[in-house]
Amino acid sequence: MSTIRAHKPSLAREIWKNRHLYLLMAPFLLVFTVFIIIPIIVSVVLSLTDFNMLQSPSFVGLDNYIRMFLDDDVFIVAVRNTLIFAVLTGPVSYLLCFFLAWMINDLPPKFRWVLTLLFYAPALASNIFYIWTYIFSGDMYGLVNSTLIQLGIIMEPIQWLTDSTYVMFVIILVQLWMSLGTGFLAFIAGLQSVDTALFEAGAIDGIRNRWQQLWYITLPVMKPMLMFGAVMQISTSFSVSAVPMTLAGFPSTDNAAATVVSHMIDHGILRYEMGYASSIAVLLFIVMVLFKDAIGKLLGQD
Amino acid sequence: MAKLRTGRMLGRSRWGNFIMFSLLILCGAFMVLPIVYSILQSFKPLNEINLFPPRFFVTRPTLSNYGKLFQLSANLWVPFSRYVFNSVFVSVVVTALNVIIASMCAYPLAKYTFPGSKLIFRTIVVALLFSSQVTYIPQYVLLSKMGMINTYWAMILPPLASTLGLYLMRQYMIAIPDSLMEAAKLDGAGEYRIFWQIIMPNVKPAWLTLMIFSFQAVWNSSNNTYIYKEQLKTLPTVMSQLAAGGVARVGVGAASSVILMLPPVLLFVFTQTNIIDTMATSGMKD
Repeated sequence: MSTIRAHKPSLAREIWKNRHLYLLMAPFLLVFTVFIIIPIIVSVVLSLTDFNMLQSPSFVGLDNYIRMFLDDDVFIVAVRNTLIFAVLTGPVSYLLCFFLAWMINDLPPKFRWVLTLLFYAPALASNIFYIWTYIFSGDMYGLVNSTLIQLGIIMEPIQWLTDSTYVMFVIILVQLWMSLGTGFLAFIAGLQSVDTALFEAGAIDGIRNRWQQLWYITLPVMKPMLMFGAVMQISTSFSVSAVPMTLAGFPSTDNAAATVVSHMIDHGILRYEMGYASSIAVLLFIVMVLFKDAIGKLLGQD
Repeated sequence: MAKLRTGRMLGRSRWGNFIMFSLLILCGAFMVLPIVYSILQSFKPLNEINLFPPRFFVTRPTLSNYGKLFQLSANLWVPFSRYVFNSVFVSVVVTALNVIIASMCAYPLAKYTFPGSKLIFRTIVVALLFSSQVTYIPQYVLLSKMGMINTYWAMILPPLASTLGLYLMRQYMIAIPDSLMEAAKLDGAGEYRIFWQIIMPNVKPAWLTLMIFSFQAVWNSSNNTYIYKEQLKTLPTVMSQLAAGGVARVGVGAASSVILMLPPVLLFVFTQTNIIDTMATSGMKD
């Protein structure tokens, strides 16, 4: 990018010179434009309209956004639930990813290999989470209910998945269960690639225990990995929808398990209110980018 | 132990070790028990599934649930083998195309600066945030306007736009020494040849990783609303139908989930080392 304008290399010439590179990128960029960029632009435009897929969209200004906050009680529940995943469950699972990776890092390679597989398995076979419906089944045949009844802790089975007091707890648990994903693998890899010479240097400089080692050497070196893990975490936290929709039903009892994404699907796919659904999508895009920037600042990146 | 193995490792107190191993075992059990339970369920005969109190273990294992899964196909609209075919076909096509086009795009972004390179890479990094669920609605509108709802295209094209594989590939390619490329250039190789003959063979761990991530994502996804035709549905969709089929179907549902779980787990078992290798370069520097 050193554009020292000695003899004015025209942009067109630069592009022509690199034509092979553009050609290599063309197939991906085409798909990317059609299925990511255009949908985002389309949803920004549609968010300002009333659109039911059959008639052509009619312009309504900011009505959709106003409705979201003033006129849609379920949306407020959905935002609250999604924030629980973004601000509480997300960071917890992020820390869990890091500390489990850190703990298994010292183990002999064979153990590390097995534990990596075990921890990653729920994310890997993501459909298997349906089994939690049987574990937390609301009748006496549910594993949790029958155990609690036999232990005499409860008398009546608890409606884990339909009672609004418990349903979020179960979903958070399952979401944590599935959360050791790509970020976890990145942390394992990152920890293994920390230069061991740094630890020796640290020991000479007076680092006495593992916590100091973690804080002064490992974490700073792993910053880029932590940023990648954070981006993956934001991506999953804000899109939580499959687990609540499967476990709590869709729509869930009293909408207690609604998330922003499931709410968006409710309005878009079930009610064909594409304008309103688009405005929810746009809000999500903006909030996710803001979160990423905030975490970037926190980790001391530009 | 730790002290003996490596001089540089700082020792941990005995209590520290105890707490660490207890934590690891607890977490490991929490992660693995639901999966084990699912596998055990698939081998339970009906009377054990309906038992009260429910048992975790199976006393008289049977393969009848797996057998029923294939008989059931007669009652479904299309044979079970059709769902298997759909799943395999879509996953394999997406995985192959994804590895090819993502690598083709990653190479220029890893090794050159040219007009637009920074902008393109930044856009790709931002797009990492947007999972398929978040872009679901706008994609649905687009797919239906293009007449792709109820076609294989609706299952194949959108996942190809995912940027995770491309990002990981680009980060991995940066580590390939430029001297390799320069030597080839001196021999008169063009960009395409350098890409196929120098770069690609050197990034094997990265494309294995791409394969796993891409396969796993597509294999596990059920695009319920892009596809209504029974003949085009994939295994996860069928599985959720079975799982919703009440007590009589619990065992069959479990059997189908075990079948569904096997391919990604096996692939990961064989490629874990390569994946960790690739993830070592996954850091986000700017």
